[in-house]
Amino acid sequence: MTLQQDYAANAAQAPLEGYNFAFLDEQTKRMIRRAILKAVAIPGYQVPFGSREMPLPYGWGTGGMQVTAAVIGGSDVLKVIDQGADDTTNAVSIRRFFVRMTNVATTEKTRDATLIQTRHRVPETPLHEGQILVYQVPIPEPLRWLEPRETETRKMHALSEYGVMHVKLYEDISQHGHISTAYDYPVLVNGRYMMRCSPIPKFDTPKLHMNAALQLFGAGREKRIYAVPPYTDVKPLDFDDHPFEVERWPEACALCGSHDSFLDEVILDDKGGRMFVCSDTDYCGERQAAGHRGHMAAPYKDEAAE
Amino acid sequence: MIEMPLLSVEGLNKSFGRQPACRDVTFELWPGEVLGIVGESGSGKSTLLNAIAGRVGIDSGRVLYRTAADQIVDLATAQESQRRHLMRTEWGFVQQHARDGLRMDFSAGANIGERLMALGQKHYGNLRETALDWMQAVEIPPERIDDLPRTFSGGMQQRLQIARNLVTRPRIVLMDEPTGGLDVSVQARLLDLLRRLVQEYNVAVIVVTHDLGVARLLAHRLMVMRRGQVVEAGLTDQLLDDPQHAYTQLLVSSVLSV
Repeated sequence: MTLQQDYAANAAQAPLEGYNFAFLDEQTKRMIRRAILKAVAIPGYQVPFGSREMPLPYGWGTGGMQVTAAVIGGSDVLKVIDQGADDTTNAVSIRRFFVRMTNVATTEKTRDATLIQTRHRVPETPLHEGQILVYQVPIPEPLRWLEPRETETRKMHALSEYGVMHVKLYEDISQHGHISTAYDYPVLVNGRYMMRCSPIPKFDTPKLHMNAALQLFGAGREKRIYAVPPYTDVKPLDFDDHPFEVERWPEACALCGSHDSFLDEVILDDKGGRMFVCSDTDYCGERQAAGHRGHMAAPYKDEAAE
Repeated sequence: MIEMPLLSVEGLNKSFGRQPACRDVTFELWPGEVLGIVGESGSGKSTLLNAIAGRVGIDSGRVLYRTAADQIVDLATAQESQRRHLMRTEWGFVQQHARDGLRMDFSAGANIGERLMALGQKHYGNLRETALDWMQAVEIPPERIDDLPRTFSGGMQQRLQIARNLVTRPRIVLMDEPTGGLDVSVQARLLDLLRRLVQEYNVAVIVVTHDLGVARLLAHRLMVMRRGQVVEAGLTDQLLDDPQHAYTQLLVSSVLSV
């Protein structure tokens, strides 16, 4: 679809009266798109942008929403997840917001979505070319807790002085015997810029590497946008004798029996009962629909009907 | 081989507004030499040190440094990336207050390893071993490697700062009142340690102090500064035993002796 047609389609799908398509005015969207283009051109580099007030508080995904609003078009199919789930408050609210503001189609299926806004997870189903994944970022600066001065961190990025990042990992090992950083794991993008990949579990960090989809990161409060273009090298930091490792679980998902997805531990009672279940609800549901069963799943529907 | 100075400062000028801090300072530093800079408060000693280290810009003059690769670099005009790299590798800077020179929220081991990690060492076991060696070298009990510097005494913090700087085997270490704020017995121990390390690693040192006793113990050569100017320079013993300039005479005669 050409840009012209897209505009026409946007106009046809009239959003809520009195509001522009996708809430932001066109000038703001253009400004954000310019920042995104720059971010894509320099993978991992944090581009400052004029972050706007959004109709929800900072820390609830204002950065991600502005990026989504700037790239969404009338023909897009939107999926919004929060901690992997499509049905949590944050995801439901943001999805409803964009439906009211754009009338776009929504889906829970990772495969069918063209635009996915996420908080804290990367979907288990591999993304394909043409998809855009938008992350909500609370703190974009990877060097923040090591160097409080913004002028200094910029200089460190400019001169690629990243040795100090290893100091933090060293502390992890000296205190816990292994790298205990479990989320927001520091990565080096395209062999150049140190980047925070938003608070996704380190289980998801390898998924950023050579991903077919375009990954955009928006930090509303901190007014930064950065990006990992498709098929970009993303390397997690580690030590030679303590290589990067992802989490493992003692059990498979109790509902779909998956061994290789990120599992949430759910407490069932006060007698030590617990279950492990996929955090990605779409992935789990799809597996169950395909007949996979965990040890706590409801019996197969056909059998129940008999 | 004809030996060349490691560092030569030529006609360095620096003023803050209309207030001159360093006026036409010229000197040379040779490999393995300890140069003391003495003078009263406000005489421009610390500014000179910061100017040499590139921490404050200078108005005019040259700071020529001969690198390990035997190249002459003018630090005043060098690329910032090169200057910062040299500061992390071939130079060290020991601050008067250890808390300015240490990462107080990271363990002693991490503090010692930081420079090495910045140079790309990524083997935890080796880093740890190096840290333990250096803790021993500066007389800090090795079992305190995972403790925060905050829990260390003032003298230990200062020794940790020295270890952190020496770990990359720098060729020049700048020290700003390294014994200031320490009590006398701790001072004496630190001075002993410094003398040993300087000799062992053949490092050139510029030490700024207002304490003539420290200067006498540590420095081979002395420069006396007053109102931003070097008023007298010479071998330490010669200068302290036979001061020529009126101000030096005043300085030497003001020392309290027990």
